[in-house]
Amino acid sequence: MTDETSSTHNHSRSADVAARIERRWAIVAIAVIALIAVMAAYGGIHRATMPQTQVETIDPTTLHLNGEFIESNLGSAIEPNGSVTVRVVGQQYSFTPQCILVPTDTPITIRATSPDVVHGFLIEGTNINTMLVPGYISDLPVQFNKPGEHLMPCHEFCGVGHEGMWGKVKVIDKFDFLQLSTKERRLNCVD
Amino acid sequence: MLTNKRLILAHFWLAFSVFGLAILLGAWQMLIRSPLHAWISNPEWYYRSLTAHGTVMGYVFPTLVAMGFGYAISETSLNQPLIGRRWAWAGFWLVLIGAVTAMVPVSLGLASVLYTFYPPMIGNPFYYIGVVLVVVGSWIWVALMSINLAAWKRANPDKPVPLAMFANVAGSYLWAWTAVGAALELLLQIIPAAIGLTSTIDAGLSRVFFSWTLHAIVYFWLIPAYIAYYTIVPRAIGGKVYSDAMARIAFILFLVVSMPIGMHHTFADPQVGAGFKFIHSAFTALVAIPTLLTVFTICASVEIAGRLRGGKGPFGWIAALPWDNPIMLAVTFSFIMLGFGGAGGLINMSYQLDATIHNTQWITGHFHLIFGGAIVIMYFAIAYDLWPHLTGRQLTNLRLMRTQLWLWFIGMIVTTFPWHWVGILGMPRRMAYYDYTNAALEPTALSVSISVVGAFILVISAILFFVVLLEGQRAPRENAGPYRFSMAVHPPVTLPAVLNGHALWVTLMVGLTITNYGFPVYELVTRSGMSVPAIYVGGER
Repeated sequence: MTDETSSTHNHSRSADVAARIERRWAIVAIAVIALIAVMAAYGGIHRATMPQTQVETIDPTTLHLNGEFIESNLGSAIEPNGSVTVRVVGQQYSFTPQCILVPTDTPITIRATSPDVVHGFLIEGTNINTMLVPGYISDLPVQFNKPGEHLMPCHEFCGVGHEGMWGKVKVIDKFDFLQLSTKERRLNCVD
Repeated sequence: MLTNKRLILAHFWLAFSVFGLAILLGAWQMLIRSPLHAWISNPEWYYRSLTAHGTVMGYVFPTLVAMGFGYAISETSLNQPLIGRRWAWAGFWLVLIGAVTAMVPVSLGLASVLYTFYPPMIGNPFYYIGVVLVVVGSWIWVALMSINLAAWKRANPDKPVPLAMFANVAGSYLWAWTAVGAALELLLQIIPAAIGLTSTIDAGLSRVFFSWTLHAIVYFWLIPAYIAYYTIVPRAIGGKVYSDAMARIAFILFLVVSMPIGMHHTFADPQVGAGFKFIHSAFTALVAIPTLLTVFTICASVEIAGRLRGGKGPFGWIAALPWDNPIMLAVTFSFIMLGFGGAGGLINMSYQLDATIHNTQWITGHFHLIFGGAIVIMYFAIAYDLWPHLTGRQLTNLRLMRTQLWLWFIGMIVTTFPWHWVGILGMPRRMAYYDYTNAALEPTALSVSISVVGAFILVISAILFFVVLLEGQRAPRENAGPYRFSMAVHPPVTLPAVLNGHALWVTLMVGLTITNYGFPVYELVTRSGMSVPAIYVGGER
């Protein structure tokens, strides 16, 4: 065997080794990504953190005149099954109601929309976080375990008053909430 | 062979000039909304500045870098003078005129809608027309890259396309297609409302159109940095590219999978169904693969350099690397920032984790770390590497370059890490004012103040960058020799057609976009009664 052929031989062998290492890394990379995707899917299916399953629409130009988002229907309402529905409207540059009152340890559905521009809806200290897009209803199942207060900023730029658009969420004991609800049909709080 | 040095320099100078202005705005914004500064009394100034900062940094600066670098790659890697020189200049002027056209109304406060447009808010039409001109100018570049490669292929049948040009053209096609989403939004929805032809807007549809552009544009910003990883770094530090084929696969994957994933920006939106959110989330996971492949190939290529320089043992090669070389520093910093930024990206792509940080300061921290950090530091490296070949003068002040890169790295970490943290605390982004006296916001005050310091470190670094380039203008003339790209350990002799051309991959890119966007867009378009009146900003009309 001449020197030249032996060097070519070594060359191709080192290329094979290099390709093998590279292939292994590619397989590891793909496996890591597949695992993450499966974890996300599993978490979504089994841990209830799921995107809204159904797209719900509403006429943004008349929502204040009729339907569930008329002013007298906004705030927290107790449903016959004991759960609570909170209806909120975000508009330039405030939420209605500005202070949301909710009970602890109760299944709550937040339903919110916007009549004008896109707004954000975030309850600080929780993972309750959605967008309010005109024409659509954002529907979120939530639950609070502890009494307390949370800030609720609009987190999407909605005009020059955006920085002033902060609401509040007050979580109170379930029994106190039930007592209050005997007096009023729709509950909210004063800031 | 660089024959159009003036053209390329014009692109880089314009790019870095607008970058220099926009970074000042960024630092001012960080300061005035922090606890270190009193309330500015007119929030509109903040949003005006934010619109300018985002428009310049997102649309003008990286586009000009990609264009200038692209022309340089075409001439040097193909060894062929640029075909369409006049068109290239026309593209440059369109970008310049577009940028000025957009910035005039923004400066006057007539278009404070942020660079993400946010219809149904509508600003002055010239803002949007200016942005369209920037994009049209860049589309000329896309066409020229394609034409130049085709001419080279005709003259060199069956030869492997140089890696730098292969990646450059992939990036140009990605940009051409990803810009279509925002173009549809601008041309069909926003501009008609801005000039008074229509008066209502479907905001849900706009957000989906914009998401088409908003994610893949990041990969367009990133491709020049990746080209530098593969084709500049190994040569500059005395190494070789570990694998030419894997490099091509990485760029192909970016081309194919960075497009059909944009709806992860609409995870929290009520107008997009859960099924497509899941599909886009899964595709977003896929886009991590080309980056993971790149991390391996570049680390291996750098190791080759360390060993060629006499480094031994499992870690000895790291000590043997040329740490006084600015390119070595830049790629190291870039990788560290890419590592943290990429990990944050994996959090954003998961619907469940995203719910905690969606639209908080975490997101701002994330994309500043990836774009401003990992990508822009490589733009500096590209400039440092290419400059002597463009000006015919050496950049000799290596110490200043290293200081500049160190400051950029430190500045980015100091700016973005606290930003991520306050995002986890729930601090919303893009607000002109925060009431730090509120007990619930008070815990963010220290972190926000620290990140202001980071912003000013970045400004100092940017100033040093200009000092390096201007010092270079005064250096004696010296021939830098021909511009070369890194060689692979095993340079390709022949390549299968799929690794040597883009047709199949562009077809897949378009096809996947249609499958992942076609149905949601169709549903949104056919749904009626979703429009709201346009809200005109910037005063009476």
